[in-house]
Amino acid sequence: MDINFSAEDLAFRDEVRDFFAREFDSTDSAWGTDYKGATVNWQKKLHAKGWIAPGWPTEYGGTDWTATQKFIYETERGLAGIPDVVPFGLKMVAPVIYTFGNEEQKAKFLPRILDSEDWWCQGYSEPGAGSDLAALNTTADYAGDNYIVNGRKIWTSFAQHADWIFCLVRTSKGMRKQQGISFLLIDMKTPGITVKPIVSIDGKHSLNEVLFEDVAVPTENLIGEQDKGWTYAKALLAHERTGMAEVADSTRLLKALKQRASVEVNGGKAMIEDPIFQMRLSDIEMELMALEYTDLRVLASTAAGGMPGPESSLLKIKGTEIAQAIHELQLQLASYYGGALPDDLTAEQLGHDFAFEARGRYMYGRAATIYGGSNEVQRNVIAKAVLGL
Amino acid sequence: MNFDFTEEQTMIKDSVSRFVRDEYDFDTRTKIVASEEGINREFWSMFAELGWLSVPFAEEYGGFGGSVEDIAAVMEELGKGIVVEPYASTVVVFGGLMAASNNDALKTQIIPSIIDGSCMGSFASTEAQSRYEMSDVATTATACDGGYKISGEKTVVANGGTANKFIVTARTSGDQYDRAGVSLFLVDAEASGVEVKSYKMMDGQSAATVTFSDVVVAESQLLNAVGEGMDLIDQVMPQILMGLSAEALGIMATLNTTTVEYTKVRQQFDTPISSFQVLQHRMVDTFMACEQTKSMLYRGLSQAGAEDRHELLKTVHALKATVARYGRLVGEEAIQIHGGIGMTDELNIGHYVKRLMMINVTFGDGDFHQKKFNQLAYSV
Repeated sequence: MDINFSAEDLAFRDEVRDFFAREFDSTDSAWGTDYKGATVNWQKKLHAKGWIAPGWPTEYGGTDWTATQKFIYETERGLAGIPDVVPFGLKMVAPVIYTFGNEEQKAKFLPRILDSEDWWCQGYSEPGAGSDLAALNTTADYAGDNYIVNGRKIWTSFAQHADWIFCLVRTSKGMRKQQGISFLLIDMKTPGITVKPIVSIDGKHSLNEVLFEDVAVPTENLIGEQDKGWTYAKALLAHERTGMAEVADSTRLLKALKQRASVEVNGGKAMIEDPIFQMRLSDIEMELMALEYTDLRVLASTAAGGMPGPESSLLKIKGTEIAQAIHELQLQLASYYGGALPDDLTAEQLGHDFAFEARGRYMYGRAATIYGGSNEVQRNVIAKAVLGL
Repeated sequence: MNFDFTEEQTMIKDSVSRFVRDEYDFDTRTKIVASEEGINREFWSMFAELGWLSVPFAEEYGGFGGSVEDIAAVMEELGKGIVVEPYASTVVVFGGLMAASNNDALKTQIIPSIIDGSCMGSFASTEAQSRYEMSDVATTATACDGGYKISGEKTVVANGGTANKFIVTARTSGDQYDRAGVSLFLVDAEASGVEVKSYKMMDGQSAATVTFSDVVVAESQLLNAVGEGMDLIDQVMPQILMGLSAEALGIMATLNTTTVEYTKVRQQFDTPISSFQVLQHRMVDTFMACEQTKSMLYRGLSQAGAEDRHELLKTVHALKATVARYGRLVGEEAIQIHGGIGMTDELNIGHYVKRLMMINVTFGDGDFHQKKFNQLAYSV
């Protein structure tokens, strides 16, 4: 048993750490006022450094990092509190394009994803197709040079910013519902597309409904073969399930929570000295300590060139449960002050500068056990694939 | 980075695993538990021949020179068979304290006899009032001609009935809770003034109440200097707790596998109960509990050799608390999912659960260790 990183890996860690410290400005107010601008700006810096797409093959612009280096990069990013890249282009549609797309599609889309010229969003869920994604109804009828798309997509994150949307659409009927689905790339400027905002329970707007009315999509935007889209999407979903433990992010949040709990008082005594609060903290911290090693076990298998063991399947469930537990305790610490909305008062006036964030994180954090395959679906997957039930 | 066992560790792990599979089925164990002594001494001799009893001891005493990883490898496999022979008690606890002692003469005398199987040892620390506070010691050792005179009573001393040697915590100074006044003595079970009353525990293992009435021991029988008993215990306790946790892990894995397999054959409503989603999700939770426990154990094993013991201690307290929490979850779910048959003494499930319950309360339960963790992690 050996948990030490090599000297090369440690040197790489220092390089990553230095780069983040030097180049990322968390105090830039644009993160609060111009999310898209700040994000694109940061992603262009990453691209200039050559670090925008660690997961891609090198021939398309990926790094040639080892599994360990990728792990170190993600860990340092999480510990430093740097937002992940927007996943829809770089982590979701790009792997589908370079794996299943044709040469024209690769040449057209991949460079613009790499340099963040195009903002992508994901058109999967529909009002009647959530966890049961294959029940989707949006249709694409073949009409010579175009598919004519009609239907509704929902929970589309950042569609209001998007230049392109990748969609699962129904091109044939009458077979198993997983068949007859195709994977289409659609320009958001195409006539007939309407984006309607959905305000979520944190009071913010990141989710949308996207309506398609007789939207003409050139057939050249079909990925792979017609009716085979489910296969491509499944490969992508598997991609989405990795990296869900977010140990470093939770480590950072827990540390901040402890610091905050040593300042917040009740009856003149710091909350972190309260024995019951300590039990709630350690319930979470101990689980996270274990998850950190589950994550390392998975890394050790993949770094050695093997397949991750069954333990990898629990990363998403435990990772999101821990993150939510931290959000819960953070909001509990914010207590009554956490109910205040930032519309009419400032954090200084409130006197608990983390309280707005605590509420926002808690409310939006509920989504983590819903998206990317709900935790109930994840349990179904483990029951079948790992336990053979 | 790797979490693999070494070739040597794999060999010894496989050897214990084969023994449990081929020679220690549940019927065999049941007969051993029902026997008068409650253990099988032929098996114990076999453990000696196979080298298992030598694992944690330095080569200069004839040992295998193993680390806590080796102990964990053996204990996990013993857990899978809920082996009642006193390996934890003799090798991990008694042997661990002995190996860490700085009394070379005593080590030279005792350790080879542990390795050859002739000495079974037991750690006599618990008293009627002491619960998990190891330094709450009312048993006294007062200086006398040629050594010390020990008086007091130890209760539920693990495998006290089969032990021929005890390591006894006794107070050489201070009040009842004073850590600096606790000393460790090696006492022969046959010594004059030692009385042993043995009884069965719920996990099939035995324990004893051991009474010491003016038992005279020579100064040479001190494991460390007078008053340094707690230091020695603190030094060895992480390794003991990791060993017990590894045994718990073996038990939890067995309970999970047995339960999953049972649901595939048990039919209700004309279908295997494994098809019910509510049961599937509960078994996924126990699977995750087991994996997380394993990760926490590996965390401890990885930190065992580190210079800075602060992180190791945090991990070990967290490990024991995790074993308590998830051990109970796994045990209770195994009984629940088995249904009525899970309630029977005839089925092995309940016996695995009872050993887990005893591990939970050995050297501090989950709450005890979580409080210790909190002290280390959140002291302002």
